[in-house]
Amino acid sequence: MHFGPHLLLAALEGLVTSAVLALTALGLSLVFGVMRVVNVAHGEFFMLGAVLAWAISTAISGHPALGFLAALVIAPLIVGAIALVAERLVLRRLNYNPEATIVATIGMLYIIQQLALTFYGPEARPVEPPFSYRILLPWFGYSGYKLSIIAASALLLIVTWLVLTRTRIGLIMRATQYDSETAQAFGIPVDRVYGGVFALGAMLAAIAAVLIVPISQAHYLMGQDPLLLSFIVVIIGGLGSLRGTVVAAVLIGLSDGIISMFFSPTLAKIIATLLVAMVLVFRPQGLFGTASR
Amino acid sequence: MTPLLVTKGLSRHFGGLRAVDSVDFTLMPGEIRAVIGPNGAGKTTFVSLVSGRIQPSSGAIVFDGADITSQPAYVRVRQGIAYTFQITSVFANLSAYDNVALPVQRTLSDGRSKGAVKAGVMTALERTGLADRAHMPAGQLSYGHQRLLEVAMGLALKPRLLILDEPTQGLADSEIDNFIALVREIARSATVLLIEHNMPVVMQLADRITVFNAGKILAEGTPEAIRENAAVQEAYLGTAP
Amino acid sequence: MNEASPARAYALHLGVIALLFALSFVLPEYYHGLLARIMVLAVFAMGYNMLFGYVGLLSLGHAMFFGAGLYGAGLAIIQLGWGVPLAFLGGVACGALLALVIGLLALRTTGVAFMIVTMMFAQVFYLLILYFAAWTGGDQGQVVPQPARVLNFGATSLDLTNPTVRYMTALVLFSLVLLVMLAIVRSRYGRVLVAIRENEERTKMLGYDTFSNKLMAVVVSGTICAASGAAYALLFGYVGSSFASVQYSILPLLWVLLGGAATTLGPLIGTVFMYYVIDVTSGYTSAYLLIVGIALILLVLFFPKGILGSIRQRWLGWLP
Repeated sequence: MHFGPHLLLAALEGLVTSAVLALTALGLSLVFGVMRVVNVAHGEFFMLGAVLAWAISTAISGHPALGFLAALVIAPLIVGAIALVAERLVLRRLNYNPEATIVATIGMLYIIQQLALTFYGPEARPVEPPFSYRILLPWFGYSGYKLSIIAASALLLIVTWLVLTRTRIGLIMRATQYDSETAQAFGIPVDRVYGGVFALGAMLAAIAAVLIVPISQAHYLMGQDPLLLSFIVVIIGGLGSLRGTVVAAVLIGLSDGIISMFFSPTLAKIIATLLVAMVLVFRPQGLFGTASR
Repeated sequence: MTPLLVTKGLSRHFGGLRAVDSVDFTLMPGEIRAVIGPNGAGKTTFVSLVSGRIQPSSGAIVFDGADITSQPAYVRVRQGIAYTFQITSVFANLSAYDNVALPVQRTLSDGRSKGAVKAGVMTALERTGLADRAHMPAGQLSYGHQRLLEVAMGLALKPRLLILDEPTQGLADSEIDNFIALVREIARSATVLLIEHNMPVVMQLADRITVFNAGKILAEGTPEAIRENAAVQEAYLGTAP
Repeated sequence: MNEASPARAYALHLGVIALLFALSFVLPEYYHGLLARIMVLAVFAMGYNMLFGYVGLLSLGHAMFFGAGLYGAGLAIIQLGWGVPLAFLGGVACGALLALVIGLLALRTTGVAFMIVTMMFAQVFYLLILYFAAWTGGDQGQVVPQPARVLNFGATSLDLTNPTVRYMTALVLFSLVLLVMLAIVRSRYGRVLVAIRENEERTKMLGYDTFSNKLMAVVVSGTICAASGAAYALLFGYVGSSFASVQYSILPLLWVLLGGAATTLGPLIGTVFMYYVIDVTSGYTSAYLLIVGIALILLVLFFPKGILGSIRQRWLGWLP
């Protein structure tokens, strides 16, 4: 293959990564933006989504699309419920103290990971895609399903944006993010908003995972990379900014796809992580909001 | 005699608000100077600029003949500018002894002997009448005692300029009398810059008074002169709540 | 803290050291290796506690300092053929240098950003080990050969692979670091660190350059952790990338939280206790990460002061 088509392929793969990453990072960003909580277990919610998608789709017989659609609805709901329980039982009792919640979510990370290993096992298992149509380009064929991931993600992002900017729920969330004490004084049930946002963040990660699992398999350790990449996206994109998150996700997804096609993926990760750490060190106020007190 | 502290055109803006607006201020050694003015007049911002807690938007600060405008707060403290906080901020979990030991141990020049720290701490605690509470956690002291501890920490820095930001706020009348005596005693070895709302305290203590209004110096003079000043009366009676 | 009963505190610490010495004669052979390992890892926890407990800086990247010591010492022997003492010092120096650089960068941030930044630097360190697998051995790791782990003093030689020698070497390192920590905590410098933890702004206004003091603390903390890593490589003869992974940044946090942050003996107690719990439960489950996770959550929810911290609060106010 020549350089041009090769690059096109890399860009397409990068866009698929971006689409999934944007959804995952948006979940992390919402939780951090509204609750000022860094959820280290976010990647595990992603992994749970994928593992549940496998379980649901294998339980349902018939056309693969049936199982997939069921997974797309049920898996995020289960993950959201688990996140809600965790929020009620742990984070709320910690009063959302930033440092204590990080330690607690690290604890959740280990618990979820270990439970997945115990009940799901160490194998990587595939989920059959809902359809296997291939689009034929002049140079290569490309999976129609992968393109539909991009479309689905874009659709979900637009819906989220509409909810945040055009609805009463969105207004309540923004008010809570802006000043939770005043919001409380105006009768907004801040406590319930927090619970809902934490569950919503986890559900976004789970949806992203269900979308990706037909092309990347479910595995109990698959949450690590999305977590790191989401951190990177959130830091580069700026907090609470949906547009920033999407732009950063596309940027990171594309460069990750293209760089890892030509260089070692480990080297790409090293450079990206180091760059983002430097951004945090030298521009913490601009890119990390008021989180650093 | 060279002035101890001079500010030239000192300004600090917060967005569009000119909290301190081109202030020229001179303080002679040995004075007790009171700074008064309505709420929001810029008094605390002004002393925060002098102590280095915030950076000026423009202007210069000269301490004992040397320009200190660009020096960080801790260097200014080492040169003799001590600041006691308006909101009591003693180290609540440390004992009163440790609170005072922190400034004492830093000012010791010989450094090594433990006896020197102890002697310095107990001197400062005795001057403020806290010696018998040395081993109580500072957070468990009464409010008045916490304010005194704050002063003891300022004293232990052996300052040449001691800035007291509303030291009598929240004190009972009996405590205020002791406090006036304490400030007089401090003034024998240090220059005192005092922000104060309690006018009787100001009138008893101050050699001179500087009146701030809307970020600028409105008037300056002896207590008698300020009492008679029409502009000051208007600022207080006309705009103060 | 300087005034209260110095004799009692020193007696307690010397007593703990004496107890560990005596245990080597009482305990069955099997526990020698385990306890030696615990003592070395407790040094790691003490280094972590220096920063987390006393300065209040929560790092999520201390595995890189442990790793710097581990690889610094291990690779010096495997790749460069250095002797044991030189390799140990080399490992410690690597950790000190790394801590200086990381401190200069990371201390520009505070709070949550500090936690994330340290985690990211540690991740870079971990990935570098994987990337230079040809030299480091990657995730397979490398064994430090037995003949290279023998100290020769003229005619006599000290074989670090011998269980008794290993136990005593670990004990010496542990005792040294414990006494150094006790001295730091009781010193004027220790008082300044606690003041920074309690209220950094106020400390500045007492004339302290808090950045330099914190940087010093990061370097001391990193150096101690590197000493632990270097000792681990020399005593147990294996260097592997898992020791630089995120998990090894979380473990010292767990040990310190469990034993009691800002207590000198807490790190040892936390490490012993955690190993004990895992040892006991290993009969029922191999899911040791599950226990780590549950322990972390229970600790922050119900027991934030840890074992020694609670004891100090209730009964023994003089504990350092």
